[in-house]
Order: sequence, then C-alpha cells, then structure tokens
Amino acid sequence: MSKELRVNSKYIDQTTRIPFKFNGKTFYGFKGDTLASALLSNNVHLVGRSFKYHRPRGIMTCGSEEPNAIVQVSNDPSLTEPNVRATEIELYEGLEANSQNCWPSVNFDIGGINNFLSPFLPAGFYYKTFMWPASFWEKYEFFIRHSAGLGKAPTKPDPNIYDHQYAHCDVLVIGGGISGVIAAKLSAEKKLNTILLDDKKDLGGVSIYNNDDNFKINDQNVSKWLSNEIENLKKYPNLSIKTRTSLAAFHGYNYLLARENLTDHLNVNDRKDKIRQRLWKIRAKKVVIATGAIERPLIFNNNDRPGILLSSSIKKYIDYYGVKCGTKISIFTSNDSAYETVLSLYKNGVKINSIIDIRDKSESLIVKKVQDIGIKIYWKHTVVNTKGYKRINSVELMKLNEKGTGVIGDKINESCDCLGISGGWTPMVHLFTQSGGKLEFNRIDNMFIPDENKSPSEQISVGSCNGDLELDDIIKKTNLKTKEFLDINTSIFDSLKIQNSKEKNKKNIWLLPSDKALGKTKPFLDFQNDSTAKDVKLALREGFKSIEHVKRYTTTGMGTDQGKLSNMHALGIIADTTGTNMGELGTTTFRPPFTPLTFGAIVGRNVGQFFDHTRYSAMHNWHETNGAKFENVGQWKRPWYYPKNKESMHEAVQRESKAARDSAGILDASTLGKIDIQGTDASEFLNRVYTNAWSKLQIGKCRYGLMLNEDGMVYDDGVTTRLGENHYIMTTTTGGAANVLNKLEDYLQTEWPELDVYLTTVTDHFSTISICGPNSKKIVNKMIPDLDLSDQNFPHMSFKNSSINGVRCRVMRISFTGEHSYEINIQSNYAKNVWEMSMEAGKEYNITPYGTETMHLLRAEKGFIITGQDTDGTLTPVDLQMDWIVSKKKYDFIGKRSLYRSDTIREDRKQLVGLITEDPNEVLEEGAQIVEDLNKKPIEMLGHVTSSYFSPNLNKSIALAVVVSGKNLRGKKLFVPMENKNINVTITDTVFYDKENKRLNA
Amino acid sequence: MFVINCPFCGERDQSEFSSGGEAHIIRPKQPTELSDDQWAEYLFMRKNIKGVQFERWNHAHGCRKWFNMIRDTSNDKIHAIYKMGEKPPIV
Repeated sequence: MSKELRVNSKYIDQTTRIPFKFNGKTFYGFKGDTLASALLSNNVHLVGRSFKYHRPRGIMTCGSEEPNAIVQVSNDPSLTEPNVRATEIELYEGLEANSQNCWPSVNFDIGGINNFLSPFLPAGFYYKTFMWPASFWEKYEFFIRHSAGLGKAPTKPDPNIYDHQYAHCDVLVIGGGISGVIAAKLSAEKKLNTILLDDKKDLGGVSIYNNDDNFKINDQNVSKWLSNEIENLKKYPNLSIKTRTSLAAFHGYNYLLARENLTDHLNVNDRKDKIRQRLWKIRAKKVVIATGAIERPLIFNNNDRPGILLSSSIKKYIDYYGVKCGTKISIFTSNDSAYETVLSLYKNGVKINSIIDIRDKSESLIVKKVQDIGIKIYWKHTVVNTKGYKRINSVELMKLNEKGTGVIGDKINESCDCLGISGGWTPMVHLFTQSGGKLEFNRIDNMFIPDENKSPSEQISVGSCNGDLELDDIIKKTNLKTKEFLDINTSIFDSLKIQNSKEKNKKNIWLLPSDKALGKTKPFLDFQNDSTAKDVKLALREGFKSIEHVKRYTTTGMGTDQGKLSNMHALGIIADTTGTNMGELGTTTFRPPFTPLTFGAIVGRNVGQFFDHTRYSAMHNWHETNGAKFENVGQWKRPWYYPKNKESMHEAVQRESKAARDSAGILDASTLGKIDIQGTDASEFLNRVYTNAWSKLQIGKCRYGLMLNEDGMVYDDGVTTRLGENHYIMTTTTGGAANVLNKLEDYLQTEWPELDVYLTTVTDHFSTISICGPNSKKIVNKMIPDLDLSDQNFPHMSFKNSSINGVRCRVMRISFTGEHSYEINIQSNYAKNVWEMSMEAGKEYNITPYGTETMHLLRAEKGFIITGQDTDGTLTPVDLQMDWIVSKKKYDFIGKRSLYRSDTIREDRKQLVGLITEDPNEVLEEGAQIVEDLNKKPIEMLGHVTSSYFSPNLNKSIALAVVVSGKNLRGKKLFVPMENKNINVTITDTVFYDKENKRLNA
Repeated sequence: MFVINCPFCGERDQSEFSSGGEAHIIRPKQPTELSDDQWAEYLFMRKNIKGVQFERWNHAHGCRKWFNMIRDTSNDKIHAIYKMGEKPPIV
C-alpha cells in the first residue's frame, strides 16, 4: 500500500492489513477493501486487456457495472473462477487474482498488436472475412476459438457447497440505499413480513458515505441520519435483512431469485465446510425496487485509458475506502454530481487539476463552492483526446461550438494521472423490465424510466431507479409512493427537512465531438467488447436498423457486464444518426441474471448422487454382492449382466443366455411398472386403452396388451392380469410406467369421467422374480409345493394366488423369453429372501441369474419387441407385423381411427423385419443404416437396425430392423454399409427361435 | 413461474404442475365415422393464441388432478381456473 494514496476511513478496518496476490505479486490492503480499492491504493490501475484490441484497461467503476476490471480468481484448478469483477471482490487472506485476456502478461501483451491493426478490424470483421472460401472454415475456426473467451474455466469439479432456499414474504425491498431503507422501515412499521436485500456488505448505498455539508436531513449529515435509520431497522423482528445478496432475476408473479454470498469474503482457511452461496427463491406479495442508478461515462476519443474512472467511483474510493485514485485529478462532466466528487477530493487534500464541463454554466450552490476554492473550470469545453498508454498522463480539450456538434479554438493540454468522467445517470430498470414492465423515455433527463401504468405485477420502483436523482425527490417520492403502495398511514418521514445543493441543469451529448474525423478516433461505447461509436455508425450505414441487430453485429452490450455502462449511449447515437426519437427506438432486452451467477448457485445441492433420483430394487444388494454390472433404465439401476471370473460382457451374456434355455435362469423384473386397476368399469376401460379385447378375459388369466397413442403409434406394452371381476393388474415397460399412468389418468379424468375406475401405482410395493427355462417348474415346485403347477391347473398365461412361508404372493405363468416360465410377485420387503430361496432351490439346476442384456437377447431370438428400442413413436402395430393384436370387432380404442389414415395405410412404411447376416459371426451395429443400391448416389436409406445380438442358442448373429416395405421383402438381400466394409444381410421372419412355441410348455 | 390455484389443493408453485395444451377439445364419440380431415382436425390442430387461451393443466406433483385454466399467454395472467366438466366462466 502506498501511504500517499491512503486517507482515513471509518467504513473499513484500517487496522487490519491483508496480504493478497495479483498477477503473482504480493500486495497489501485493509479489511473491508475490495480488490479494486486495494489495487488502487497500491497505485495499480492497469488490471486487464480488452477483448478485441487488447488495449490496456484499468478499474473504471466501484460496482457490478464494471466492464474492465474482470479477473480470474484463484489458481486452484477446481476453485478458479473467471470474469469476476475486481470491484465486487472483498479482500481476504489467500486471495490470488490474475489479469485475463493477455499473454504473456498484462504489462506486455502480444495481442496488443490488434490495437494497431484496429483499422482493419471493424464491426462484423469476422462475418465478412471468414465466410469464404467455405471449405476453410475448419482452419479459421481453430484460430478464432483460440482468441475467443476471456477467462479460463475450472478443470476440476467444484468442491464448494451451494444451497437453495425458498422464502415467502409480504414485501421484498431490493436495494438498501436511502430509498430502500425508507421503504423497508415503512413496511416493517406496518408489521408486514419484510425482506430487505443489498448486494454490498453493508446497507446504505451511496448515501452512507455522504458527509458533505451541502446535503442535510433534519440538519444532520446524510450519512449520520441514514446510519441511525439503519440501526433502528434491527429492532423489527418482522424485517429480515440480507446483505451480500444480489438479486439475479425477477420473474412473473413476483417470483425472484437472489444469490447470497456467504463465504467469499472470508479468509480461505475459514471457509471449510461452510455453504459458499445460497440461491434464494423468493415469492413476494409486493416488491419495492430500489436499485439506484449507474453513472454514465462520456463518449470521447480514447476514453478507455487506465486512470479514467467514473467520477462517482472516485468519490466512493476516497470517501468510503479512503483511497486516492490519483494525485493530480481532472474531472470531465456534463452535470453537477461530479462537483460532489471534487469537494470530497479537495477535503482529503487531493490536487484537482481542472474541471472540464460541457455546459455553459451552472448556478448551483455546490458549483459556487468549487469556484470559491479556486479550481479552474473550463465551461463549454470537451475532451478531444487523452494520452498515456498504460495510464493516462494528459488530456487535450477544446471549446465546443454553439450547438455542441463540433469544436473550435485552440487545443489545450492538461496533464493529470486520473480523469473522472460523469455523463449523468442511468436508472437501473433491469429488474422492472425483466418482470415484464414497459419503459418510458424521459426526454428532459434523457433516460428510460419505468412506466408506472405498465407495471406487470404488484411492484413499485422508488429512488433513482425510478429516475429521481436528487436527494429531496428521492426521499419525498419514496415515502409517498411506498405509503400508497402498502396502504400505510404514518407520518414518520413526512416532515423531514432536506437540504440539497445541486441543480438539475445538465447537458447531454451522446457522442462528444473531436477535432479529428470519427474514423480516426476511438470513442469506446462497450469497453469490454471494444465496440466504438464508429462501429455503431458503420452498422447503421450497412443497413442494420433494429437496435437488436446493431447490438449483435457490433457486440455492443454483449460482454459479461451486459453493457450496463453505455448501452444508453449506443441507443442515443443510433437515435441521433437516424433521426429517431429514443422512446420509439426502445431498448434492447434486459435478461436475467443481472450479474453472472455461478453454476454452483444454479444447481445448488442437485449434484452427484442428488442430481436425479436413483431407484433400486429390493434385491439390489444381492445383485451387487454377486458382481452384477448395472445399467440405467430410466431412474432404475438394473442388473445388466453378472460376469464370472473376469468374463467379458459378451462372454457373460452368452453363458447366461445358454443357461436360461438349457436349464434355468432368474431375472429381477421388479422395475416393470405395475398399475392396480379397480372398479366396475375396469374391463371397459382396458377395452378402450388397449388394441385388443378384454371383456372376455377370465378371472385368473393374463393377456398381452399393446397400447397406442391417439395417432396410432405404439406407445407401450405389457401383460395385464385379471385378478377379480373388477380388479386387474397392468404391467408397463420400466421407462414408461409413470407416463402410462399419467396418460390413463388423463383419459379417465377428462374424456371418460363416467367410468368407475381407480388407478393406483404399485410398482414399488411388489417385487417380481422371473424364473424361466425347462427346469423352472421343478424349482417353483420346490419353493411352493402346495401349488399345483400342472398345465391343466396352471396353464401358460394364467395366474394363481399363493403363499411362500406364509407370505402371500401372486404367481403368473407368463414368458418374455419363450421358455416355460413363472413370475413371482411378492411384497417388496420379502423379495430378497424369496430371491435367495429361489437361488437355493435352483442350485441343483444351475439356476443362472441374468440381466437386461440377456433378457434382450432371449426375447430377440423370439422376435418380441421392446417398445422404445424397436419402436420409436413412428410405428403402428401393422408396421410391427402385429396385426393379430388389433381387434377388428371393437368399435373404438385409443388410436384406432388413426390406423386407417391415408398415411398409416401406406404400403411403403418402415416395417419390422428380421435380419440375418451372410457371415453368421458378423454382429450388426444397432442403429446401422440398411441400403439396397450401393452405387446410386446419394445412397437411399431403407431403414436401420433396431436390435442386434449374437445368439448362442442359434450359434449365429440375429437382428431386428425396420425397413421400407419390409413385410414384402422376405428373402431379399440388402447391405449394411459400415465405415470399412459393406455387410451382406438377408431379410427374414422376426421369429428366429422355436417358431412353434413348443418350449412354453416344455 | 406462476402461482396456480389448484381447485383441489389451493395455491401452489407452477413447478408442481404440467401443462396439457388446449382445453375443450372433445374426443369424438364416433371416430370411425369421421373423414381423415375431420379426424386430423381433432388429432393435430391446436390453436396457439397470443392472448387469452383455454388450457388444460395437471397437478402432476400434487393431487394429480386435471383442471382447466384461462390464461393470457402474453402476460401469463390467469383469469380463471375451473374443474373438468365445468363450463368455462365468462372473463
């Protein structure tokens, strides 16, 4: 820290020195400093390089609007964070920050050559240059990608904890400046449940350090009056104050998101195990926006040099942080507020060189005081150029002509090491417009303000975000508006005595003239993206008219700061150039978030295992213990295969598939959806939702059903069992369970409310153990000796109530493998035991647990479809060659009418077929395309492979596929072209194994 | 995100609900007697109004009941909510 640049401040702790690193070098600041104020106190202005021209850039502001001083924080690959505003980083021990967008260093940056090439890099340079020849794009892209982007993303997962929390309140006050504090007190006084947010570490905004004798409230300094008010706020139990909390988004119905910073200001060693950020999801009955205003820069030649700051920021650095931004300061202004800065600097002994004011004069008290001190004021002058590459060292000024459109007279040179600029104020209307509010243009003050009549929800804007910039206006209007809004009868703020020494007199010139032609100057509008007034005018000349187009073409306002500083100037220049009224021109759209949010804050705790629900069957532990590999099916973890002795997946699946057909296999089928259907109209309901008929299904029998969408496409399938006269249990696919239930509920509630039917999901209540193979009967018999398993008593597609060791169970004789098989459905808490019993009973028959892969293989051998694998929402039952399941007799069912639309009866639709490869060992890739003519270009794709396996039971490769007109192409030879070869295939029947279904009763 | 007053549960956040598209499209009682065009009209054609629109909503993560809503799509203002089978109120 340089002692010459520090003065006393009561707002920060000047007794605690904190070391930090910037670009590898150690500096010191005080507790309470921001990185920006600490750097300034070390006389460091140059902190980064601009995006396009790599021009040296310095700290320009003191808040969230900062365009230049964005840094990379932390060198840790998991904690590093790009694009953080140095003006918002509270200094802490362990802070490491680095400049961005420069190489090898911010002081010597190779990219700086772009600045000299800048005449060749106008707006739209990339669009114009890299369009041709088109084939070169891949080469261009490599270089463009290298130069794109500012900071660096972390390369390792973020170890921090982030949190989400909901809050409901009567009144939310956004912004803890003087107007926010008044509104919050009124609300709290009325006993309303109130939340007050501010993004800084303390409440008070800019007024909290206003100790200027020219401004008084009840004869007290503004600062003193306000700190008393803030102290008083603490007594309200119904008022919750959240500092370091930045409002990110204002959505409809007064739903707002705010990010609270909890640990970023702590020393690195004190952060362990603490929540870093919390995203508040706030639902407020009423919202008071008190977000203030941002000072505007002035747009003149070379207005971007390090050492050029907003005048109000220079004031905050001296008054609040006790930091001098320079030792020889000039001020360039269009209004009275810069004179407050001058007085603050003067009081702290900083030399003020000169004031350049574009106005003719000002009669206000505050200007008079400055004149009395004897500071030179150049009235009606403008800065035409600045000098100094890495730090401003002088300004050149000239007199403005009568209209302010050009300069006259001689050039005056004034040396300085810092220039404060003030172009008036821009109300922060972002939140109001985010919520859907419309703006109106105030022509006197040249600013967009909320249109009170077009407020989309219960909200008001108060203070300078509403365009009230003077102390007396702010207090009086905030008081009146809030009282009316909250329906309050109190006079606590009615009779304040307010002294204001400024005048509203200001002059507005969006683009200040220079002695040089515009083309030879660099008046920056967007400091981060390096777009200048010249670029905006070029865009207009090239025919871009809409402000949204000009924005995208020139990238004005598209940086991480979203153009908070000078979007207005861009609009003003467009309006001036095109002769449009700014109100008609409108603004670009302000979208959330107001300042960038971390991904951590957005996802909160929903990371890792909490990203999505994971569902486990009751037998999961057994599968794990027995070495199963798992597959994700929807949210379920299903055993995929059970490798033994380092088997590969292929080897395990071949073994499991063979065992299931040779002796016995066992599958955990618990994840299939189960819907309990009851009611006197249950049969009628099934008639309407499935393609086949259900009325005649006897109690105790099972039937396979196919469900369509109303467009006739296959949606889901499964076996439904009639448990009683008015009682069924339906099974659905694992992934489709929830959707099927929703769809059925939809029809029941909205189309057929007259049906007496009740649906209950019982997927988790019952677990399903499927035992298949020629020895399955013997195994089940050992487990349930009382149950008569003879084909007469218990034929295929039937069901029996039974019990195992006194626990009731439902046993179905149904098969998805084509083998003789049983499904035992038992209450889930007994399922693992019964599974183990099955393993024990099947031991002598080499019972083999198999997973989803073997299940898929076995069913493919039988040509059974899997909806979602062999179907994709474009296939009808006819396309699947499943005409047999579509009832011709039923008058109606979901999707029936669509089955004879002109499109669905086309003969040349894609239809499900079997495929056999010429080489029986060649297994096709699922998804591979199928073609007939390899020579015709472009090659016509006839279809694709949907399922493909090597069948150990047939000892050859088999596949299912969908092929145009496939039904009529049996025996046809086609090709599956792959990267290195063409595979010869032949279309076959879809059933490859046991075509006569003899094994079902084996 | 709106607040929706479920006719069975009361006010809840929109995140608990799912939208089911345009309301008052009645499934034809005798689909087989419709021409392709008439069936297509029922099956595919939906209005997408900027302004006041009649919609179906489902309290998917709540009571799972379907109901109707009259909503202005231009500003998300909900004008009325009424149960299935009820006549839409005049707004």
